Amino acid sequence: MSKGTLFDKVWDLHTVGTLPSGQTQLFIGLHLIHEVTSPQAFAMLRERNLKVLFPERTVATVDHIVPTENQARPFADVLAEEMIQALEQSTKDYGIRFYNVGSGSQGIVHVIAPEQGLTQPGMTVACGDSHTSTHGAFGAIAFGIGTSQVRDVLASQTLALSKLKVRKIEVNGKLPPGVYAKDVILHIIRKLGVKGGVGYAYEYAGSTFAAMSMEERMTVCNMSIEGGARCGYVNPDETTFAYLKGRDFAPKGADWDKAVEWWRSIVSDADAVYDDVVTFDAAEIEPTVTWGITPGQGMGVSETIPTTETLPESDRAIAQEAYKYMQLTPGKPILGTKVDVCFIGSCTNGRISDLREAAKVAQGQQVAAGVKAFVVPGSERVKQEAEAEGLDKIFVQSGFEWREPGCSMCLAMNPDKLQGDQISASSSNRNFKGRQGSSTGRTLLMSPAMVVAAAVKGEVYDVRKLSS
Amino acid sequence: MTQIRQIIGTGVTVIGNDIDTDRIIPARFLRCVTFDGLGKQAFADDRTQAQGKHPFDLPQYQNANILVVNNNFGCGSSREHAPQALARWGIKAIIGESFAEIFFGNCVAIGLPCVTCDRQTIEQLQEILVTNPQTTITFDLEALQVSLADSLTISVMMDEGSRQRLLTGTWDNCSQLTSSLDQIKATTTKLPYLQWQTS
Repeated sequence: MSKGTLFDKVWDLHTVGTLPSGQTQLFIGLHLIHEVTSPQAFAMLRERNLKVLFPERTVATVDHIVPTENQARPFADVLAEEMIQALEQSTKDYGIRFYNVGSGSQGIVHVIAPEQGLTQPGMTVACGDSHTSTHGAFGAIAFGIGTSQVRDVLASQTLALSKLKVRKIEVNGKLPPGVYAKDVILHIIRKLGVKGGVGYAYEYAGSTFAAMSMEERMTVCNMSIEGGARCGYVNPDETTFAYLKGRDFAPKGADWDKAVEWWRSIVSDADAVYDDVVTFDAAEIEPTVTWGITPGQGMGVSETIPTTETLPESDRAIAQEAYKYMQLTPGKPILGTKVDVCFIGSCTNGRISDLREAAKVAQGQQVAAGVKAFVVPGSERVKQEAEAEGLDKIFVQSGFEWREPGCSMCLAMNPDKLQGDQISASSSNRNFKGRQGSSTGRTLLMSPAMVVAAAVKGEVYDVRKLSS
Repeated sequence: MTQIRQIIGTGVTVIGNDIDTDRIIPARFLRCVTFDGLGKQAFADDRTQAQGKHPFDLPQYQNANILVVNNNFGCGSSREHAPQALARWGIKAIIGESFAEIFFGNCVAIGLPCVTCDRQTIEQLQEILVTNPQTTITFDLEALQVSLADSLTISVMMDEGSRQRLLTGTWDNCSQLTSSLDQIKATTTKLPYLQWQTS
């Protein structure tokens, strides 16, 4: 059993008590809600005549269903309009802060909470969305929950949970040029498998993560759930504190120093005990691309698509299913695979630093004929910042469309969808069958820089070889 | 709440490892403010692809209430819409080799038990369901046993806390969680970040 890790310390501090089932009743410091998984939770509150216990600890935004082209109300999709209205009404009824479209602060829930300083070290964070693991980048314990649990948090600000084991994932060394945080997490999931993390919290440690910016750490923690781990975190350090200082909800005045002192005290002890430790070498990581229908079906861009005999027996059936669905041939390179759509955005890679990296690669290049390429900033603030830096112009000049913030084609609950068996190069987080809105649509996950390279060449291409 | 002890019925199997919640209920069907209509949309895209041959469409499984699955079932998104869709299609219990964590918790929270057993046994069950779909199955959560009419009795597993919540009808945590207001308030006094000035 783990001892002395950040996870243990934060868990203990937030423990309200032990329930008859043996589960822990855990206090939730920050609850984030959005339009998809909350309406039924509010309906349950109304049915049971319950109040929201700490309305000031819940923050709402709208992201999954918002169109990224025409955001005029009412939305063209009547179902989407109904959902946004339900959230508007519930946040009003219960006195919950709501960042609506046009407020200047709307965006993907996992982009806006960090950018406003809502997410802080040592907090527990919950949201009805599996990518809540993102917030672990700050040294918070953050996990995705279902709608009944959203109801529980609204009503009691607590959750019934069983404690997770802690696996330390240490990556050391400098990332080679052209290799990004996205490649690191795709590599980890590929090596540990999509269910390797079930029952664990992942602690990302080592010099590679220490050298990462907060936004890079968010990319890594974001995809913990794709490896089966409900939560992933990085111990807070000077990078964390520098990021937080001065943000809207960061501690102010004398409380800032108290906060930093407390944040330092909650990091994992040097002699902390872990349930498991795994180590990787950063120098071995290549730009990574998925070839299949789970995020664990990844490969270095210069490798060939694995043949079944090179895979563990338990992975062979799903590999067969993936070759067929993806229309890809085992033993062949992924390089040169034609793409139809290129998508940059999502809670994984829709932050300002992602757009800066993508724009750097796009500058002076042109999207290949026949490829639809578009960039969706993660929030209204990201959009504004990108425009102030002229990134939008670089994208547009290169042939990318520049859109309004939202979840967009990551999960296609809005007008952005693949058609038929189109294949996309996507900076998002899931390559599941049908994920991007067409039941035969195909997804190749990769870093934003690799998406730009694919857009420019019209096929999967190694960004390290793209001449500027 | 209802105590969930025993479920008697017939089974249906959806074969494959790592079946994610996007497959159980594709995201576009999440554009709704109630869970009511989701049963019809369970496995929607897989069913379209299978052109009437998906187990959820085959006539012999239309009354099935026990679902048999393989490894890491329900991975991916945290959408409770996934267990809600299965439950509204008619599923009352799931037997699998393993489940993704959030999906498992969401199932228990709506009173849908998920039990596990080894791969060999799952494959054996799946074979029986394919060859003999009308086999009566008794799913006994109290005894942690699944029996198939005169042919097979297997032991299954579930973590004790979740099992007790189902057996005693306390699988919905809400009333328990809201009954400890004093302890909740006491916990808030231990959390430094709740006392800081942020404006």
